[in-house]
Amino acid sequence: MTELFGVPAPALFGQLLLGLINGAFYAILSLGLAVIFGLLNIINFTHGAQYMMGAFTAWMLLNWAGLGYWWALLLAPLLVGITGILIERLLLARLAGLDHLYGLLLTFGLALVIQGIFRNEFGSTGLPYAIPPELRGGQNLGFMFLPNYRAWVVVVSLAVCLATWLVIEKTRLGSYLRAATENPTLVQAMGIDVPKMVTLTYGFGVALAAFAGVLAAPIYQVSPLMGADLIIVVFAVVVIGGMGSILGSIVTGFGLGVIEGLTKVFWPQASSTVIFVIMAIVLLLRPAGLFGRAS
Amino acid sequence: MAARGEPAAIGPVVAAGNGLRHQHLAIAGMAAALAVAPLVLYPVFLMKVLCFALFACAFNLLIGYVGLLSFGHAAFFGTAAYAAGHAAKVWGFPPELAVLFATACSALLGLVFGWLAIRRQGIYFAMITLALAQMLYFFYLQAPFTGGEDGIQAIPRGRLLGVLDLSHDLVMYWVVLAVFLAGFLLIYRTIHSPFGQVLKAIRENEPRAVSLGYEVDRYKLLAFVLSAALSGLAGGTKAIVFRLASLTDVHWTMSGEVVLMALVGGLGTVFGPIVGAAVIVSLQNYLAGLGHWVTIVQGLIFVACVLAFRRGIVGELGRLLGKPL
Amino acid sequence: MRRFLVPAGAALLAVAAHPALADFTGGKVRIGVLNDQSSLYADITGQGSVVAARMAVEDFGGKVKGVPIEVTFADHQNKPDVGSNIARQWYDTDGVDVIVDVPTSSVALAINEVTREKNKVFLVSGAATSDLTGSKCSPNTVHWTYDTWALANGTGSAIVQTGGDSWFFLTSDYAFGHALERDTEAVVLKAGGKVLGKVRHPLNNPDFSSFLLQAQASKAKIIGLANAGGDTINSIKQAAEFGIVAGGQNLAGLLVFITDVHGLGLQTAQGLILTESFYWDLNDSTRAWSKRFSERMNGRVPTMVHAGVYAAVTHYLKALDALGADGDGKAVVAKMKELPTDDPLFGKGTIRKDGRKLHPVYLFEVKKPAESKGPWDYYKLKATIPADKAFRPLAEGNCPLAQ
Repeated sequence: MTELFGVPAPALFGQLLLGLINGAFYAILSLGLAVIFGLLNIINFTHGAQYMMGAFTAWMLLNWAGLGYWWALLLAPLLVGITGILIERLLLARLAGLDHLYGLLLTFGLALVIQGIFRNEFGSTGLPYAIPPELRGGQNLGFMFLPNYRAWVVVVSLAVCLATWLVIEKTRLGSYLRAATENPTLVQAMGIDVPKMVTLTYGFGVALAAFAGVLAAPIYQVSPLMGADLIIVVFAVVVIGGMGSILGSIVTGFGLGVIEGLTKVFWPQASSTVIFVIMAIVLLLRPAGLFGRAS
Repeated sequence: MAARGEPAAIGPVVAAGNGLRHQHLAIAGMAAALAVAPLVLYPVFLMKVLCFALFACAFNLLIGYVGLLSFGHAAFFGTAAYAAGHAAKVWGFPPELAVLFATACSALLGLVFGWLAIRRQGIYFAMITLALAQMLYFFYLQAPFTGGEDGIQAIPRGRLLGVLDLSHDLVMYWVVLAVFLAGFLLIYRTIHSPFGQVLKAIRENEPRAVSLGYEVDRYKLLAFVLSAALSGLAGGTKAIVFRLASLTDVHWTMSGEVVLMALVGGLGTVFGPIVGAAVIVSLQNYLAGLGHWVTIVQGLIFVACVLAFRRGIVGELGRLLGKPL
Repeated sequence: MRRFLVPAGAALLAVAAHPALADFTGGKVRIGVLNDQSSLYADITGQGSVVAARMAVEDFGGKVKGVPIEVTFADHQNKPDVGSNIARQWYDTDGVDVIVDVPTSSVALAINEVTREKNKVFLVSGAATSDLTGSKCSPNTVHWTYDTWALANGTGSAIVQTGGDSWFFLTSDYAFGHALERDTEAVVLKAGGKVLGKVRHPLNNPDFSSFLLQAQASKAKIIGLANAGGDTINSIKQAAEFGIVAGGQNLAGLLVFITDVHGLGLQTAQGLILTESFYWDLNDSTRAWSKRFSERMNGRVPTMVHAGVYAAVTHYLKALDALGADGDGKAVVAKMKELPTDDPLFGKGTIRKDGRKLHPVYLFEVKKPAESKGPWDYYKLKATIPADKAFRPLAEGNCPLAQ
């Protein structure tokens, strides 16, 4: 058996693959954060709670309405996205012209409220959500047993990330968006309804979080705090990548997932801190982030 | 709408006047009221309020007077709690030395975190402090000396200077009050010193402060370290009072709570953080039986403050009286 | 709701005014059930423990020597600082004489200290750490239901004896997980098994896949789960996902409660081997009591923690009856140790010098879905470990009270 750094190569490949799967969640979440930040200039602290809402919506659709995983994948982002639109219209829009930190504080407060309500309603233990029958079982890859569902997660999240990137970089809608990010007043003057675009963008970013939540539901317990700690890691991912580029946040997300996966092999105790350490190093060497523009 | 433009800076809405006489009177009144408070109220509860009030004042120094929103202040509070607990329990330090040692540890940590975090501003600064604090949380969760989930328990209160027996709640209370007043007055002096004036200039317009020849980063770092040290003083004292240092003290929820206290009382006001701490600690006490309603209510207060009540209680009061408080 | 505006001396003044009741502080016996009402351990402890304490009071007749008994409760949110604050306030201003239950070892250790400081009584049922009767033992504390040593000993030795002689540990990386791993490893080695490896995972870790892969690669027959709560549930679920049990390896849950099995479902949990000191379906008297309990708890069966609360409160009240006073916590606990215990749930037993309650401990295997005949019919009894073998020998605990 071949070995790399004292670890059997097959085990290493397995861990790399698993890292990629976790990276998929980082990528979708940091992508949503970056899209929202681009246009609204706020850091959406509610993102973790909205990811959790996506998972819970899937659970509720199944247990209360009898709608399975595939419906949830479609409906949950839609429903949670609508709540996001309401939040933007009713609350965030009122903060126009204030220090952006107020946006952070407001969304932090909202996250507490949402998580508190779900804890009161569903308890903290977490609820089970079964893997859809089509994706049960797995493939023996020789070096590891890869559950079908996890393979699906990587494929579908890559697809969603790339589609988002294409829309923003290659379509007319995307060009308006990028223009509004640069200069909202000018775009508004060109007859484009910027406030509506801001609202829809927030809704879309939130929908991405909810989509990640549905993907996560069968792997992890559906629990009220599933997004609470995750979001802080995603913040670190965002700081590392820099918020300048959409592609940057996708690449950083997957990349850090892989690095974290490798840490779990060589030094498992450090696996929960490695991303933060990388963040500190990046700050020292390149304060604007790997893909960020210097401010 | 959102996006660009000149955003109104976070901070006091009432301009600081020069007539500070009413503030001095208010400080004297507050000290007198606090000195007799334990005759009416449960002293352990009051000590909790004072520790958090000092913590919130230290946090407010950064947000209110330098315009830096730290979302990781629990790191300093908690580090000091562990340091004081370890020093008093394992090394047998007397309480005054344990708390001083804890304060020094937090100051040192503040130097490291500050050095990293001031490289970015605004939202990034908030996220970086949050992430660094979370890293520290994971470290403390696993480090053997913190006792992980168990925390450091049964920390001896000991005798102050070998004389005063702190195991009596009332004696302990007056010591905590003295610590609180010392920390509070230090902050008060700082914000009215020339150093404090430069900080305010940085908050109002950083590029201009740079162009005036101030080494902005050094001022920011110094303020950050001072804030960290005073948060440490609060955390170390808390560990001695409650004889316990635990993960709660370093968790991000604690960072959020101190933000809330300062926000409720009034960012950038002198007395706001104290009032805010009293409000939030009482709330936690009264709502403790209601499970997660505490979190929900705190979240709602956050939202309400940001949307409609940005001056906070003391800020509004100051506006009504026409005097900065 | 707890009050904090009451001056500390009020309770004492009230007693001084009624010398006849001076033997019972505050003129009544107040039992405070302090546990997790809303979070991770709310099903294992929570309201069920309050109901169990109330049942004990009712079965005792509601009064001791004519003095009324009250049960109050609070939520410690699994945080030691919240817990010790409540305990201080209960003892200082609210006239609570005894605190019961307290899951989460960190909180229990904190309450242990406050209770010692205030000379009250602490009856532990929910917490696991064997330190409560070891290095941290206190003359004011009785540890009733189970502890980490008993779990490690029960599960570890039984599995090795039935052929599971090579182990790989999945350990939650904090004091509790380390203790559980250390105790189990000692038992496994002593019984002739070997430990092929271990991996430490962060607490509240959502993703176990990479750790499970390492466990799989070790080819160990048994994967020991030295973790608790959500971590255990997640590792069991994800082990099923990665085909670990199907591949011939077995899981050993070192701290699994019947409510966890209920949450996992028999399909996922089947075959799991675990140790508990109480099961509702053990004998006629446990079935009868559990039926009464279920009627008050919407059909949920009692956990061993609920049973422990009932039995501990019952014995506490017996001691008060014999002593005729509740003011001196040390005296009450000394009386509890002096009297032999006897209750319908744990049978006859004793309380040792270090505060450890002694009773038999049972090894169960989770049934296959086909074997289960009704709701909550989850366990097959595999072995009974007698009281004198079930808990850590007195001399090995380093408890100062034992010398």
